[in-house]
Parts: sequence; structure tokens; C-alpha cells
Amino acid sequence: MKVPADFGVDDAALISITIPNDLRCVKEPEARIMEELKRCGYQDDAIFAIKLAFEEAVTNAIKHGNCNDRSKKVYLRYYVDPQRVVFMVRDEGRGFRPDQVPDPTADENLERPCGRGLMLMQSYMTKVRYSPVGNEVWLLKENVSGG
Amino acid sequence: MDQPSSHLKIKRAGNVAVVEFADRKILEELSIQEIGEELRRLAESETGIRLLLNFQNVDHLASAALGMLITLHKKVQEQSGQLKLSNINNQIYQVFRITRLNRVFDIHQTADEALEAFGQV
Repeated sequence: MKVPADFGVDDAALISITIPNDLRCVKEPEARIMEELKRCGYQDDAIFAIKLAFEEAVTNAIKHGNCNDRSKKVYLRYYVDPQRVVFMVRDEGRGFRPDQVPDPTADENLERPCGRGLMLMQSYMTKVRYSPVGNEVWLLKENVSGG
Repeated sequence: MDQPSSHLKIKRAGNVAVVEFADRKILEELSIQEIGEELRRLAESETGIRLLLNFQNVDHLASAALGMLITLHKKVQEQSGQLKLSNINNQIYQVFRITRLNRVFDIHQTADEALEAFGQV
């Protein structure tokens, strides 16, 4: 799917990257995005939030979406300007229902060892949008302190 | 005495094992399993272990690290031990707060405060 219309970015402006289904291959594109954020004047708290959400999204794609299958790929798209950062992560899996993920902050789930990634993405990003299938996620972070 | 480790620095303060993380970005997905395994072995090495994790070198955390800490917490409890965390910076503390894990873990501002809480100062 194309970038959601309410993310305020022209789809043609996004940079596209395809990586193998391997967490080690995330480092380089992540570093590029972090450099862009610093160049555009994002403050430390925003960079922390974006880095965390990006890593959660990509980790979910690699581990859960693509089931750690090294033959699969992860598709990334991103855009950075001083006002906003947008990124997309898509895996080759069957998708899932984000609304069916248990609330990790509920008392009965608090001591479960997993299930917090989605909640952290929602907490730290301005908008999170999943495709209907659930194997593609778009994230927007507006830079409230700059731009 | 320091023990050599690829991810952890372990010292003793009385009968408390104080663990520091060797790298600022150590708590990223790729390292978490290894760290979890090292901490599990440490927790199992001593019944009633008093374990302090000092986060002063950590500036980034993945949600899988929280899961690792929860698993460690349960292991320490099984061993009738105590686990405390200290020196967590504001950004990472917010992650604990958002996930409500600040209510699960015994978190102290500084290692000295944590050691005092153990009764070791």
C-alpha cells in the first residue's frame, strides 16, 4: 500500500530498501535514518523514540512475520524531513490482527516475557497504521520540537 | 573481583552481585539472548542471590530486553533471591513506566541506594 494520505508525505519521496530477513542487516539502514534525523535537528528524545519503534517494527517483521526464515525479505521505506519521519516495514508473512494482541499492561499480562513491541510503537509514534492483512506497518513521528 | 564476560561486568559488593552492561547498545535484540543466558547462569549459581543490575552504560533498550528481565526476575524469585535495578536513565525509565514494569521491578536511582536497600552500604 502507499503511504497513508494523512501522513503528509508524497509517496514518491520515500526511499525504498530491501533487506534479507536478518537483524544484522537492519543496522545499516537504521544508521542512515538516524543520521538523517540528526541532520534534520531531531532532539534526543525523538531519536530515542524513533529508533525504538523502528527496531520493534523490524524485529516483529523478521521474527514474527517472516518467522526467522532467512530466505524471506523485509521491505523498508522511509522519509525524513525536519517536520516528520515516516517509515514502512513489510514482511512476507501471512499477517496478523494487531487488535487481537493482548494488552501487555493488563495485570494478568504484566509478567509475560513478550508482547510489548506493538504497544511501545503506538506509545512512541504519532501514528501507526497497519495494512488490512497486517504484514505491513506505516509509522509517523512528528517532530514537535523542530521544523 | 571482575569476571570476564563479553556482555557483562560482574563485581561483588559484599554479598551482592553487581552487574554492569559492557556496551551502551548492548540491550539490542541480537545481544539479548546471550545476556539473558549469562544472567540466568549467574542467578542459578547462588541460592538466595542478591543481584543488582546497573544500567549506567545503557542508552537503548528493546522490548525483548524487558522480556529477558522478566524471565530473570522470575528465576531470581525461584532461587529465593532479590533483584534490583539502578541507574536507569530517564528515557529508558519511561519505557518501564509505559509498560508498567516500574511496578514489577525494584528500581533505584543509584547503585548506592540499591545496595543500601540490600543492606550492603
